[in-house]
Amino acid sequence: MIFIVSFLVVAMIAAAISAYFLKDLLSAVIASYMVSLIAAVLFYLLQAPDVAIAEASIGAALVTAIFVIAIRRTRRHEE
Amino acid sequence: MRKIIGIILLVIIAWGIIISLQNVPFGTSRTEVADHYINKGIEETGAANIVTSVVVNYRSLDTLGEVTVLFLAAIGLGAVLASTIRKKEDRDTEKASLILSTGCKFLFPFILLFGAYIFIHGHLTPGGGFQGGAIIASAFLLMYLGCYKEKRINETGIIISESLGGLVFVVIGLIGLLVGAHYFLNNFMPKGEFNTLLSAGIIPIIYVAIGFKVGSELSKIIDLLMEES
Repeated sequence: MIFIVSFLVVAMIAAAISAYFLKDLLSAVIASYMVSLIAAVLFYLLQAPDVAIAEASIGAALVTAIFVIAIRRTRRHEE
Repeated sequence: MRKIIGIILLVIIAWGIIISLQNVPFGTSRTEVADHYINKGIEETGAANIVTSVVVNYRSLDTLGEVTVLFLAAIGLGAVLASTIRKKEDRDTEKASLILSTGCKFLFPFILLFGAYIFIHGHLTPGGGFQGGAIIASAFLLMYLGCYKEKRINETGIIISESLGGLVFVVIGLIGLLVGAHYFLNNFMPKGEFNTLLSAGIIPIIYVAIGFKVGSELSKIIDLLMEES
């Protein structure tokens, strides 16, 4: 249990850092999607299923889709 | 000069945070309200899910505010996007393949059913109006991604479901002023048998209303964004 949680936390931090440094905004959105998804799994493991459902459906699905649509309307690469 | 003022402000704020955090006894519970919810929640509200009994019964006024914030966000997005000039289908988007569009059409009713299940059973199982509404909106998102050219949201239907959701929420709250304990959004209806679908008084009704409201708002946001792109 503690091994799984620590692995997920490390992966989450790595995804968050790569979302900051990536120049391709689409990749950055996917990295932030990873953060939301791992947060949802962690909420579930910490016995908060209500928050886990909200995080998975809003944070992972809808926000990512809105970001991708926004990137399609603007530029894909950061200068 | 500005940097010095900034550093002084930072030191003062850090000092304030350290002072206030020193008095917090981490690991122990100082408020009795959480214990009250855990011990008396089932008895007072009749909802098997304690989170729901807090969100829709003890703190339902905050939930009304939350739904209003989401409503204002949808209105604001609509106002911003409506002012931009609409281009008429300048991108010749390719039609999705048969497998993709059929798969989306096949999955769509099941995702809708799952969202409805989540918000109807909000007082029994994890989840509730917000989660169910978001899942319903993701079903519409799938439909928009898979077969955008064929299927669109019915505009009047979404306005009606959104307004009805808000209206039911506020009217049930106002009925609570008239009967029972005479305060806004009190749980005046009979509690019913514990852990059955028709229990917990007004909680399932309010959660269904929130589900419709949140689902139509989020679907409308997706509709506005996809229309413009």
